[in-house]
Amino acid sequence: MKRTLALFALLALLSLAGCGHSSRPWGLPDITGHMPDLKFTLTDDNGQQVNQAAFAGKVDLLYFGYTHCPDVCPTTLADLGKVLRQLGPAAAQVRVLFVSVDPARDTPAVLKSYVNAFGPWFVGLSGSQAQLQALTKRYRVAYRLGKPDAQGNYTVYHSSAVFIFDRQGKARLLTDLDDKPDVIATDLKRLLQE
Amino acid sequence: MRKLFAGLLLLAMAVPALGAGLAVSNAWIRLLPGDLPLAGYLHLVNTSGHDLTLVSADSPDFNQVMFHRSMRRDGMDQMIHLDRITLPKGGELTFAPGGYHLMLMGRRHPLARGQHVKITLHFQDGGAQTVEFVVRGASEA
Repeated sequence: MKRTLALFALLALLSLAGCGHSSRPWGLPDITGHMPDLKFTLTDDNGQQVNQAAFAGKVDLLYFGYTHCPDVCPTTLADLGKVLRQLGPAAAQVRVLFVSVDPARDTPAVLKSYVNAFGPWFVGLSGSQAQLQALTKRYRVAYRLGKPDAQGNYTVYHSSAVFIFDRQGKARLLTDLDDKPDVIATDLKRLLQE
Repeated sequence: MRKLFAGLLLLAMAVPALGAGLAVSNAWIRLLPGDLPLAGYLHLVNTSGHDLTLVSADSPDFNQVMFHRSMRRDGMDQMIHLDRITLPKGGELTFAPGGYHLMLMGRRHPLARGQHVKITLHFQDGGAQTVEFVVRGASEA
């Protein structure tokens, strides 16, 4: 029993020393070990059913929004586009997964023209309420449709978080609109080099 | 003659004040595809010498222009509709990404990058001011 405990302590020490994740602080909040791996089943902007395997081997950024959002969503995507342009050719190893929580208005065609406006690294995804709820619950975020006005227009409450996954699909970092593009770019470069 | 000139000068200086009395800068719109609602941004300084209250806005290029504000609470983003916005005398107000913005709905014709769009701001005191906005690409600014 004593030996087992000692072995555990040794393993813990080794993992701390050898892991390297915690050796140098990240510019963005580090969520390593606090959020589950990337996993979903959704419909992409070509109308195809996809899961996380379609984006495996890349650094994936996951963001929840909707296209009838003229301010925060496009600003977040434009900022991420700026970050990716800073990365140069390495940006080809990054995907931004824009998950619409408003599937009634965001058909694959609407999503495709929307994400294409921001750059080649953006992918539009959406799905059934059950699929969206499974994914948002997995990352402990919420969304809610507002009450429609007389013209049937409605706003959507959505999370501001952008979850960043490494090439193995592990949740690693968190960002939002308030972080400086330089800080995000530095961390993404580091993740890409792992 | 000199008196007349001074009088004309005074009149010329008074003309902007007969409008709404706002100094406007950096007015732009972020373009999105299709007929998605757009956001308009600008910086306003109230130079009128009295408080000004924005009550509505309209444009020949859109069916509807509204005042909105993005708010973040507990990591959730939402937009709220504002019926009016008061600019105190001498005060400034920035409509900028992630905060106050003009919500532009229902394009009356397709828009392109670099195009200019006129939006008229209406005030409670009956005054109005037309502002020219430049259309920027989705990923610009």
